[in-house]
Amino acid sequence: MEFLLLGMILIPLLGSALNGLILRSGSPTRTGTLASAAAGLSFIAAVALSWNYLTTGEIVTASFEWLRVGSLDLNWGFRFDAITVLMSLVVTGIGTLIHIFSVGYMDEEPTPYRFFAYLNLFLSAMLILVTGANLPVMFVGWEGVGLCSYLLIGYWYEDIKKADAGLKAFVINRIGDAGFLIGIFMLFQIFGTVDFESMKQIVDGSGTLNVRWLQFAAFFLFVGAMGKSAQIPLFTWLPDAMAGPTPVSALIHAATMVTAGVYLLARMGFLFQVSPDVSHFVATIGCATALFAASIATAQRDIKKILAYSTVSQLGFMFVALGVGAYSVALFHVMTHAFFKALLFLAAGTIIHGLHGEQDVCKMGGLRKHFPVTFITTTIAVAAICGLPPLSGFFSKDAIVFAALTGPYGSPYLWAGLSLASLLTAFYMSRFYFLVFFGEYRGDAHPHEGGWAMKFPLLDLAIGSAVVGFLGMPHGLHLLPNYLDQLLVPTVPGWEESHAFLTEIQSMGVAVAVACLGIGIAAFFYLPSPARSEKAAGKLLAIDTILKNKYWVDELYEVLFVAPFRFLSGIAARFIDPRVIDAAVLFPSRLARAGGTLLTFIQSGSAQFYLWIMLTGGLLVLWQALKGLIV
Amino acid sequence: MIPASVQILHWSHYVAACLFALGLFGFLIRKNAIVVLMCIELMLNAVNLILVEVSMRSGHPEGLIFVIFIITVAAAEAAVGLGIILNLYRAKGTVNIDAFRELQG
Repeated sequence: MEFLLLGMILIPLLGSALNGLILRSGSPTRTGTLASAAAGLSFIAAVALSWNYLTTGEIVTASFEWLRVGSLDLNWGFRFDAITVLMSLVVTGIGTLIHIFSVGYMDEEPTPYRFFAYLNLFLSAMLILVTGANLPVMFVGWEGVGLCSYLLIGYWYEDIKKADAGLKAFVINRIGDAGFLIGIFMLFQIFGTVDFESMKQIVDGSGTLNVRWLQFAAFFLFVGAMGKSAQIPLFTWLPDAMAGPTPVSALIHAATMVTAGVYLLARMGFLFQVSPDVSHFVATIGCATALFAASIATAQRDIKKILAYSTVSQLGFMFVALGVGAYSVALFHVMTHAFFKALLFLAAGTIIHGLHGEQDVCKMGGLRKHFPVTFITTTIAVAAICGLPPLSGFFSKDAIVFAALTGPYGSPYLWAGLSLASLLTAFYMSRFYFLVFFGEYRGDAHPHEGGWAMKFPLLDLAIGSAVVGFLGMPHGLHLLPNYLDQLLVPTVPGWEESHAFLTEIQSMGVAVAVACLGIGIAAFFYLPSPARSEKAAGKLLAIDTILKNKYWVDELYEVLFVAPFRFLSGIAARFIDPRVIDAAVLFPSRLARAGGTLLTFIQSGSAQFYLWIMLTGGLLVLWQALKGLIV
Repeated sequence: MIPASVQILHWSHYVAACLFALGLFGFLIRKNAIVVLMCIELMLNAVNLILVEVSMRSGHPEGLIFVIFIITVAAAEAAVGLGIILNLYRAKGTVNIDAFRELQG
């Protein structure tokens, strides 16, 4: 079993090395098949391990010594427990489908081996992240996925804008990573260990811990999660990350990597559970992000930007769930979101591929005739994300909205905020749907749908989007047991629902009504004719301008951080570097050189002069040796 | 332990010291390579003289045997040294050692 666990992690790494280091050539089909096979094998290993866990309850572990310094005893520890069952199945399962999709999507690439090597490497790093048994191992995976994200966003690096987008993602993630590292250091200081299980036992077992320091540590971990999961204020990299190839957006920037922050907080749930202030903060940030990003998404015209802001917004939902203490619910939404958002991105990829790179939804329209499979699957995904029963998104989103009201740290404000965000979600997703698939085709390309390599993952993900919600049916319905809760509760803290002014059934009713309202508004404006929507948007000119420009957040950061930083860098480059650092470095070198010049006269080349020196030295030694004897 | 009889200085020791000093300073001061080589021989023979004297007085034969070795080595050394000097002369047409300063840094 340990063998399977290591195999699951190492096979994609092997695939990556094979494609990227050894073969370094081949058609998209060949390299893609190799990479997909590696991902598929990893998926099979994950299924076997999950089956083993579900039937026997045995937690497979593997551990190798890493470093031992002072009281720090660090291992390469891997662990396959309940959360990992969920995460590794999502990562490898959806990962495999996206690998297969990429074979069709990247069919005209000159260097497909590079793409597939990065994709495999990402899969391996993500598996290290979700199987790591302690924070440093998790951090290795965390950095690994960050690196792959950077490499894949900037995959078309000849385009300087795309390379810059990769750099932006990397730099903003570094801010979060610094927070994460500080959090790890503080936890080591507090607990004397960084192993998840040991920390959990200490928190569960004693009430003597200093809650204030725990809260600080929790806060810094959340800063790390903010960067990775694109929460306010570190969310600006994710929309820019859409510069990467679309399968990358689907895999990394929707389904898996960006949920790493959610995973981290769920994994450390025992810590956040005892940190009420930080939990409130997490919920507030999540709710703000959900609303903020959803409002931006309503005004975007780039098909991938809409989905990117939607992802940011959905991650906000997950953080609300984490903040109110409903950790299993957050992971439930991670899973359902992975399915429908990956599906939406792949559908967008199919359309972009079929329209030869067109990304503006205003130049699409009427595509349901040209892309039948994409149309049907997208319908399911849109309905799921809008929250229509009985699709997956309905159950998970409703669970979050209800938990925001009744969770340990819940409040009616969070509930109201999330309901509004749900309304916006239903609106912008329907707007996207109507603009792309209905009306008349407004572009000038010749639309064509891709081959089976692209259709097969769409269909699979559509089935997933439709049914995975049944794994986490709410208790209030009394239809099916909540399998997911049963699975996760041993690993993440459970929670008691408090009483609220709504029951679960009523809350669901409100959620469905909100979704229908959002869809209805979108249908009213966008279904008859896009021209009418443009007129309506014109009347809301001020708001529309604000939203189209994404609240000028990027410009604000430019002024607040980038410009002062450039200014300081300029000073450093023009004054500190040449006058202070160079001077300090050059002084010893000049001293040495002067000393050397002084000493060259000794080496005259005259043998007799050397002999004189030798004689003098010899006599000195002799004198030293005999001094004691004579006196 | 040095035997008590040896501790007394013999007149031949002064001779040896003079010979050695002569060789040393000749070696340091003279510029002709052949003379320099001869000065080395002079120093070796000063040592030989002491070895012979001490060996005779103490009755230990090792010193005498050692002298024979030194003479053999000195002969070899002279042969090699003269060979080098011959080559130096062929290179520059002089045996003045100040002419050979190529090894300076």
